[in-house]
Amino acid sequence: MNRFLLPLGIFIVLVAFLAVGLNLNPREVPSPLIGKPAPAFELPQLHKPELSFAPKNMLGKVWLLNVWASWCVSCRQEHPILVDFAKTGSAPIYGLNYKDPRADALRWLKQYGDPYALSIADAEGRVGIDYGVYGVPETYVIDKAGVIRFKQIGPVTQDVLEAKILPLVKELNK
Amino acid sequence: MRRLLPFALLALLVLFAGAASAREAAPTAEDVVVEKRMVAISEELRCLVCQNESLAASQADLAKDLRREIREQIQDGRSDQEIMDFMVGRYGDFVRYRPPLTGATLMLWFGPFALLLTGVVVLVVYLRRRSRRVAATLPALSAEEQRKVDALLGGTRDTTEGRKP
Repeated sequence: MNRFLLPLGIFIVLVAFLAVGLNLNPREVPSPLIGKPAPAFELPQLHKPELSFAPKNMLGKVWLLNVWASWCVSCRQEHPILVDFAKTGSAPIYGLNYKDPRADALRWLKQYGDPYALSIADAEGRVGIDYGVYGVPETYVIDKAGVIRFKQIGPVTQDVLEAKILPLVKELNK
Repeated sequence: MRRLLPFALLALLVLFAGAASAREAAPTAEDVVVEKRMVAISEELRCLVCQNESLAASQADLAKDLRREIREQIQDGRSDQEIMDFMVGRYGDFVRYRPPLTGATLMLWFGPFALLLTGVVVLVVYLRRRSRRVAATLPALSAEEQRKVDALLGGTRDTTEGRKP
């Protein structure tokens, strides 16, 4: 009896490891930027390219930075959720339009609605690199001190919004 | 002959045009050095879009941008270590194919060796116990059997040379 217990135990441990491993999402790479100041940049605005935007303008406010592009399929998936969220007015969403031709981006916003307080054009994708963007869409929650507190990789779902983003925004706004 | 002259000139022109554009495409000596370093660095980095490819091999858009970034940083005179830190600072240790030795990566680095060692220890212990058990269960030889064994063993050297007993 005893001689079977040990292999069985090892087998169960192995199965447990594999089960956990299978259920991890390999695309979710923990960002080293969480808890660090949002990287500075200054880029032209999408709608008014003659004006620019810099994250330091946002000091003192809790805000969301959402990386999107018209060529990004899952951006369309999260878009209605962002539009609804913008209506609640709990935090402004700023869009980082990532590697997108301007005309396409503007048409996309017209077609699907514009939840963004304003969009910023990162045509070269350089700011994207500074923010460690590797899979659009990505969403950052940035606090009043300009520190990144949360990062959602991939589309924002209703679950993520309610379980993580909304409580965090509420807490940061206190 | 005169009719052929324009064709000959045209042929010459085409020939030289080809040579001229070929010279344009040739990389300068500095480019080769930069490119070599860029490839060496990007082979150490994982492409985050297609995670089983290195940054050097990937054709993903992000990989192209990151290679451009590395190239520019090399041209700016940054060291390999600085460029590596730049990447790790943005994408985490995950981008490195050789993650640094930290508490969290101890298992990753030494786990396989620990498993191998455990396997060897288990095997040795098992084999020793088994040979002791086998020896204990064998009946002792009687005096007559012992004599036969000695005779056989003594004889093998001369009579069955080169054959298995």
